[in-house]
Amino acid sequence: MIGCSTVALLEVAAAALHNTAPSEVGSPIPLHWYLVMSIVLFVFGLAIVLSRRNLIYILIGIELILNAGSLNFVAFGSYRSREALVDTTIVGTFIIVLAAAEATIALAIVLNVFGLFNTVRPEDPNLLRE
Amino acid sequence: MRFDWGTFGDTEVQMMIWILLLPLIGFTIQIFVGNKLPRRGDWVPTAAIGGSLVLALSLFVRAIKMHKPDLLVHTAHPEGASVADTNGLAINWLTSASPDGNFVFAFLFDNITAVMLVVVTLVSFLVHVFSIGYMHGDKRYNRFFAHLGLFSFSMIGLVLSANFLFLLIFWELVGLCSYLLIGYYFEKESAANACKKAFLTCRVGDTLMLIGMLLIWKHTGTFDFVEIFDQVAKATAANGGAPPDWCLTAGILVFCGPIGKSAQFPLHIWLPDAMEGPTPVSALIHAATMVVAGVFLVARMFPYYMFVPDAMLVIALFGAVTAIFAATIGITQWDIKKVLAYSTVSQLGFMVAALGCGSLSAGFFHLMTHAWFKACLFLGSGSVIHGMHHHQDMRQMGGLRHKMPVTYWCMLLSTCAIAGVPLFSGFYSKDAIIAATLDPHAGFQGVAGWEQAGEGFLWSLPSLLIPIAALMTAFYMFRLIFLTFHGEPKSEHAEQAHESPWTMTLPLVVLGTLGVFGAAPWILDFDFMGHDIWFNHVVTNPTFDAAAGVIAYPAVVPEHHHSWLPVIISLIVAGSGILLAFSFYKWKRFSPEKAAKKWGSLYRWCFNKYYVDEFVLKVVVRPLVFTWNVWCAAFDKFVIDGLVNGVGRTGKQLADGSGWADKNIVDGFVNAMAFMTQIFGAIARIFQTGFLQHYLTVLAGGAAAGTAIFYFFL
Repeated sequence: MIGCSTVALLEVAAAALHNTAPSEVGSPIPLHWYLVMSIVLFVFGLAIVLSRRNLIYILIGIELILNAGSLNFVAFGSYRSREALVDTTIVGTFIIVLAAAEATIALAIVLNVFGLFNTVRPEDPNLLRE
Repeated sequence: MRFDWGTFGDTEVQMMIWILLLPLIGFTIQIFVGNKLPRRGDWVPTAAIGGSLVLALSLFVRAIKMHKPDLLVHTAHPEGASVADTNGLAINWLTSASPDGNFVFAFLFDNITAVMLVVVTLVSFLVHVFSIGYMHGDKRYNRFFAHLGLFSFSMIGLVLSANFLFLLIFWELVGLCSYLLIGYYFEKESAANACKKAFLTCRVGDTLMLIGMLLIWKHTGTFDFVEIFDQVAKATAANGGAPPDWCLTAGILVFCGPIGKSAQFPLHIWLPDAMEGPTPVSALIHAATMVVAGVFLVARMFPYYMFVPDAMLVIALFGAVTAIFAATIGITQWDIKKVLAYSTVSQLGFMVAALGCGSLSAGFFHLMTHAWFKACLFLGSGSVIHGMHHHQDMRQMGGLRHKMPVTYWCMLLSTCAIAGVPLFSGFYSKDAIIAATLDPHAGFQGVAGWEQAGEGFLWSLPSLLIPIAALMTAFYMFRLIFLTFHGEPKSEHAEQAHESPWTMTLPLVVLGTLGVFGAAPWILDFDFMGHDIWFNHVVTNPTFDAAAGVIAYPAVVPEHHHSWLPVIISLIVAGSGILLAFSFYKWKRFSPEKAAKKWGSLYRWCFNKYYVDEFVLKVVVRPLVFTWNVWCAAFDKFVIDGLVNGVGRTGKQLADGSGWADKNIVDGFVNAMAFMTQIFGAIARIFQTGFLQHYLTVLAGGAAAGTAIFYFFL
């Protein structure tokens, strides 16, 4: 599945490289480069979340996905207008804050899970299973 | 038709209606609200029957004063006894397309009816008055008076009916009242059995009477008496003076009704048992009125019977045999009411024998006089029983003459009357009966072969038996008087006896007076031999005019041919009977015990009533009951049990089917639902792994697939 996703993303990226539109704020890097970067980040994060058997790694994957989103926001903002760049920068900042808060809580949960079950594998805590 | 509206008109018909309806109204009030009325309502039926009595007396006086033997009031025109004709009173009870099916209630009033109405209402009224004293303090006092009222209504209706059908209805109604009143003390088993016995025994006769009645209807197409007589007369005239063949069968069958109701020989067994009822009832129903309904029917049908001398011979023989049969039993009984009961059976035999010997006037005359003195005797015995604290055995009585003087004198006078002492009413009627039995031709003039009808041994049998029965009557009645009122008191009840209150003695005095003066030819013109009794002016034998084919009633009474023979016979039998009683019980010349021992077997047969009851019980009742029980058992086993078992089996099979359906269809459906749910659950569980990453994989795959579809295909 990860293989398929990667192939699809590469195709999307190849298509994006042909589309060259100038940045509103005068950035020399075209937009689709950011987008490809964001996709790569997202797919890496998703792959980690889906494949790893360790809660810590899953949290790291989630961070990657969040950052992919944040990069997307800022890239779109910079190619739209200055006002939009400000707005998207603020949103990006919020995402960073959110990610920090989320990581804090998630790590606390992971610590507690480890304390209770002596494991960090997500399938091991199964008390609520019938 | 012999209408005479000039003298007997609408007013009189209105009076008849009220005579009939007053006791019914009294009964209706009494049965529904009697218990709530003051004195528990005894005055309601008494006043009602009193009103009837006044009206009946008025009609009687008018009828007698006319001196018309052919008086006849028929309120519906017999020839058109159909829908349209309603002069006077005619109620269409049932109508149909064919005139044979039209049954009209109408009145038939002639001199017989006039006499009978007075007998019924007067005795009934006096018995009502007597009952006020006799039944005082009884717990069903109000119901007793209600039943008396119903009886009076039924009996008056029977007397007034112009139609065989309605006569039968009232006939059965009086039977019902008899049943109710005999069984008045129904807590007593003997009373309950007695009323059943009376009812069932009478049914035997009534069923045969119904067959005879329907036979007449089949051949004449009508139930109306007058029309039946006319048709039979016409058919007889057309036949050359010989009646049609069916007349004999129908006549004998119709006579079976009187055999039951008037307690003639084979069916007499109910009447002595009927004494279980209260004594006023015995006086009213089982002595004076209801039991003479049979005699009244024969008298009513007399113009019919005079065409069939053979049927008359049967009637005469039944009457004569009953008269002597019951008299022999009466001699031996100890219960005061049983003696009077057998005396009644015997006297009814006298009347029936007189009618059978072709003398309507003699039979009916005795009916009337008997009603007076027998009612008086029964009420007197009621007074005695009341004074004796309800002890009825004559062996415990004696010496009551001084303690109950009024009762004594009334009963003594009535006993003289029934014994046939000259100048008393019974003498004249018994004399007429003996004269009739000696000359049985008289009734059949004009019918073919009537000259031979009165000849032969069988026809002379009544003239032998009746005087002997009269002798026994005199003997046992004086025996009753001596045992009850003379000698020394034989028990403490007799010593403490007391005279009854005036409500009880007054009816006794009235009836006793009538018993003495009821025929009274000698008061007015010193006619001591009874040549010119008023009764003979109003009730005479009809004759048949063969040439015209009609029944003729003599408009003027012919000179009464009076021979000395019957007078001498009746004097001899009455005198010797009384003398015998005196020598046995007063002068003690002979000892009754020794006589009983001397004729031991005969005495035992008489004392045990010739074992008729036992015979009926063994030959009729037991086999019937046994057969019935067998039938019932078989019916119970095969039909009832079969029904129950069938129902059970069907129920079981239905339940089996229902159970199968429950198990296989209903449960199957429910189980199928559960099974399906389980299947779907099992399928759904495949996707519910509980691993987050599986879900997330599906989520991501889904989103990717969705995006791909959106991107490439849309």
